[in-house]
Amino acid sequence: MLRAKNITKTFGGLTALDDVTLNVAAGSITGIIGPNGAGKTTLFNIITGIYTQTAGEVYLDDENISFFPPETLARMGLVRTFQNVEMFGQMTVLENVMVGLHTKSRSGFLSCAFKLPRQIREEKLIKEKSIRWLEFTDMTDLAGMRADSLPFGKSRLLEISRAMALEPRIILLDEPAAGLNSRETLQLAELIRRIRELGITVVLVEHDMDLVMDICETIFVLNLGKKLTQGTPREVQENPAVISAYLGVS
Amino acid sequence: MTKEKRQITIFLIFSFVLLVIPFSLRESYLLNVMVFIGIHTMLAVALNLLMGYAGQISLGHAAFFGMGAYISGIFTTRFGLDPWLVIIMAALCAAAIAFAMGFPILKLKGHYLAMATLGFGIIIYIIFNETVNWTGGPSGLSGIPNLKIGELVFDNDFHNYYLVWIITLGVMLLSINLSQSRIGRALRAVHDSEVAARVMGINAWVLKVQIFTVSAFISAMAGSLYAHTMTFVAPASFGFNFSVELVTMVVVGGLGSIYGSFLGAAILTTLPEFLRVFEDFDIIIYGLMLIVITMFMPGGLISGLQLLSQKFFLKFKAKADKGA
Repeated sequence: MLRAKNITKTFGGLTALDDVTLNVAAGSITGIIGPNGAGKTTLFNIITGIYTQTAGEVYLDDENISFFPPETLARMGLVRTFQNVEMFGQMTVLENVMVGLHTKSRSGFLSCAFKLPRQIREEKLIKEKSIRWLEFTDMTDLAGMRADSLPFGKSRLLEISRAMALEPRIILLDEPAAGLNSRETLQLAELIRRIRELGITVVLVEHDMDLVMDICETIFVLNLGKKLTQGTPREVQENPAVISAYLGVS
Repeated sequence: MTKEKRQITIFLIFSFVLLVIPFSLRESYLLNVMVFIGIHTMLAVALNLLMGYAGQISLGHAAFFGMGAYISGIFTTRFGLDPWLVIIMAALCAAAIAFAMGFPILKLKGHYLAMATLGFGIIIYIIFNETVNWTGGPSGLSGIPNLKIGELVFDNDFHNYYLVWIITLGVMLLSINLSQSRIGRALRAVHDSEVAARVMGINAWVLKVQIFTVSAFISAMAGSLYAHTMTFVAPASFGFNFSVELVTMVVVGGLGSIYGSFLGAAILTTLPEFLRVFEDFDIIIYGLMLIVITMFMPGGLISGLQLLSQKFFLKFKAKADKGA
């Protein structure tokens, strides 16, 4: 479903990614792991159109999306979350999710300013749908809170609800478990499975090995900007190259 | 009371108070000040849509105000065109310029955007000054006709008050509606995190250009009203100082609050009366106000007022509870 082909990215003299190829099967949960500085987030940023690669191509289904900006990708059903949670801090939790329905609504400047009947109907619909996505992550009781006053774990969930409101075909989660306690991590694993059950492909970058091994079908291992290996959790765990990359044994 | 009903009530009370003021305020001078507050409110609201909602600064908004004023002035005095028609033409013209210019300059962020808009404002100011054949240059353009509807001529402060305030209230209402719609949310999203907004499918660049265009449209309309109520315009009213004054109105009143813009406009319009002693140093006072407000009251005076009323309400409630 998602293919990144021979991606290379250099920042000045530094090669962050070197000829990396990634294949994500439709309907799967795919993990990307690797030590710090392996280029995981850079790869995410390239796929989601935030960075432009130095070489290589990205395909969504069979369309070349190499140079598509994030807003176009969102309309095509590709959405992501951020490692450092990017909330709309001054807005309420509910409003944050409502922004997620931007691409699902049409009203322009005039119909919004004059509150035309069509816009009022649409606004009601946006609200109802958003509440449903808050239910999905069990956050309805926080709907009226300002997003920047949420505890960290909840803001991660909010980011996921907001992304889900887009009704994406594929969702990329950048370290969704970072900063979560073990109970929250378990809930996250369950949430990711529920997302997949909706037919949505999930890709995640993660440091929490237990989580990755638990939920992913395929794992890609990056090290120092290069793809080390890929395989099932078991294959990856037993791969000597992976072990040495993590433990520093040669 | 639901949130929506409360907002409608607030707007109705606000409008009612403003519309009965002239009956208690027979003094022409004060009415004249209120006319200015109306025009400034419209400008502050326009700039607030850009600054407070989309989070993009403009240090050249006086230019759009001036364009409205001069286009109205020139086309009604030299070509005798219908003033109402010219108002719409002027607003569309300013909007078109903002739209064309918005694409390149709204790629810029922060200080760079501030510099670009500043430069634009100064260029337009120079044009007002130098194209003497059209604008009358530094000595200004006079003899601009008053607006009229049938027999009703808006030639005194009482009439002008209603002319300006009915339009201003309209602009405020539409802006409030806009700010609470999907467009308003998208604007605030761009303000809080542009990258996340883009990931949510919002084309941040185009949206910024659109709101810049709307803002210019409203500003030019305010300019036209200014020209027709004053019947005289001169470049000095549309310079850099006035752009800074507009930014001050928005920040002092409250970024992202339409009523805050009214408050800011009211304060900054009446303040010069008290600042006469400082003569040309008034811009220093504006600067100081900006610093103090951004440091200690980032939500502007309107948020301070809200806090105060909440405290008062809580106290009141506590007392009532005790009594019961």
